[in-house]
Amino acid sequence: MSSDNRVPLGPVALIGAIVLLLIAGFAWAAGWIGGRRISGGDITTALDYNGGSHPGYRRAHAKGLCFAGTFEANGEGAKLSSALAFKTGSYPVIGRFSIGGGNPLATDGRTVFHSMALILTTPDGQQWRMAMDHTPIFPVADAASFVALQRATRPDPRTGKPDPAVMKPFLMAHPEVKAFQDYIAKAVLPSSFANATYYSINAFRFSTGGNASLVRWQFDPETPLTGLDKAHLDQLPRDYLFQEMIARTAKQPSRWHLRLVVANPGDVTDRATVEWTGPHRTIGAGTLTVTSVSPEENGACRDLNFDPTILPQGVTISDDPLLAARSKAYSSSFTRRAREGAGPSAIGQDLAKEHGQ
Amino acid sequence: MTPPPLDFHPALRAVHWLMAIMVLAMLFIGVGMVSTTGPLYPALLALHRPIGIAILVLVLIRLPLRLATGAPALPDALSPMEKGIAKGSHVLLYLAMIGLPLIGWAMLSAGGYPVQVTKGLILPPIMPHDLALYAVLREAHTIIALSFFALILAHLAAALMHGLIRRDGVLRSMTTGHRRAAPVIDAEMPVPVENADAGEAIASIAPQEPSDPR
Repeated sequence: MSSDNRVPLGPVALIGAIVLLLIAGFAWAAGWIGGRRISGGDITTALDYNGGSHPGYRRAHAKGLCFAGTFEANGEGAKLSSALAFKTGSYPVIGRFSIGGGNPLATDGRTVFHSMALILTTPDGQQWRMAMDHTPIFPVADAASFVALQRATRPDPRTGKPDPAVMKPFLMAHPEVKAFQDYIAKAVLPSSFANATYYSINAFRFSTGGNASLVRWQFDPETPLTGLDKAHLDQLPRDYLFQEMIARTAKQPSRWHLRLVVANPGDVTDRATVEWTGPHRTIGAGTLTVTSVSPEENGACRDLNFDPTILPQGVTISDDPLLAARSKAYSSSFTRRAREGAGPSAIGQDLAKEHGQ
Repeated sequence: MTPPPLDFHPALRAVHWLMAIMVLAMLFIGVGMVSTTGPLYPALLALHRPIGIAILVLVLIRLPLRLATGAPALPDALSPMEKGIAKGSHVLLYLAMIGLPLIGWAMLSAGGYPVQVTKGLILPPIMPHDLALYAVLREAHTIIALSFFALILAHLAAALMHGLIRRDGVLRSMTTGHRRAAPVIDAEMPVPVENADAGEAIASIAPQEPSDPR
């Protein structure tokens, strides 16, 4: 061939510009350039900063116990949502009880969340994943505040308490946290996983096709609520709550009634920091029965992500920005611990000790 | 044996450009959604899965079509090494188009997630629920996606170089095609060569269309 060896500058520059433009656009989309974003990794890193590094475990609610049971729907929930889970019938549930914090071997005697996460599966293959706490409100409303909360409330290694020099300015900047602090200070700390009420925390959008409503829900326990003695929490055995639940479930199942609470016109539905007060339309949708519990080593719950945005047809997320943040942060935590490989659970350790002796 | 076609089959060209838009959109959606905890995350995730499965369906139609209709011969001006790189990069592009959606599907399966494509469509798992496997597939999904983007940039730059600089008909074989009614071209030229492709990158073929249906 005999072609002109001169490279035409114009077309070369054009090609270079197109490629560079695509790279720049890609880098912007990925958040590598441009405004600062909070990624899922930023949240898991903040949790690690607060609770210490515990590779292989959930970054939050690290200490847990698997359970299995059923949800018996009475058909009433179908008034609000076309989710199959509300059609009269019995549906299998697997789940996990946990307490707040990133330490998988933490002591139960602390003023922290009791939590219940579950997956409700219907015959159409749809799943409803829930991650609920025993408080009706959450301390902060969005991802940025959550990261700030983790940084501010990190226990000082010398005192075991948050550093007031960091905590004070945080509370000044986040007055919404006070509602949660006040609640947790006066509320009863449930003496069992079985007698706690578990709340959806966020509002969700329920729809029947025609009608849509914003709903928070709660699982009300059949077991009467009694509280732990908050003054002597440090005297409880490390795994008190978990061992209590194991012993209780060996004797009898525990039940909760699902109550759907429909938002009133003035209710705040996009911030989990604000409680709904006063009378509300509520619907009892069915009964959850927990029939068995097992340590994470043998149970079905450990290798699952209880992402509360995995919802069946008839339920979608609301405008609450915390839901997206929870979903992404849970996913990042899940991916990190998958890479690290799971470690033993507190309850698994207890069992191993019993068998070893 | 039939001689290779001058152009890619029109159906193949249509699928190519449709998929080009979808794949590029998908890569931007993918890196965008993993970068944020904001409300865009669930919104982009809701797009990512249906587009991913649509790409898988399209490439499974496209590959047999490509194998059945063939590809135009590369210009003789290309060195054997250049031809090898061209062929190899196209194999890699096809592997990425098939592999990425499959790895995404497999990854969700291994993570114990419902493979929810749309609200109503849930695909069965194609891998056992296994966290270690999930970790490997999740990592592979990212690495292959980023390599795919780099490969697409190289593919695009090479195509533009053929169209704007070499003007050898390679780009045209995937865009407007070569005009079949060739009698206007010198009969001594059995196939269109460089000159016939001048200006093809602008794709200003419209004025040369043989008929005006108005």
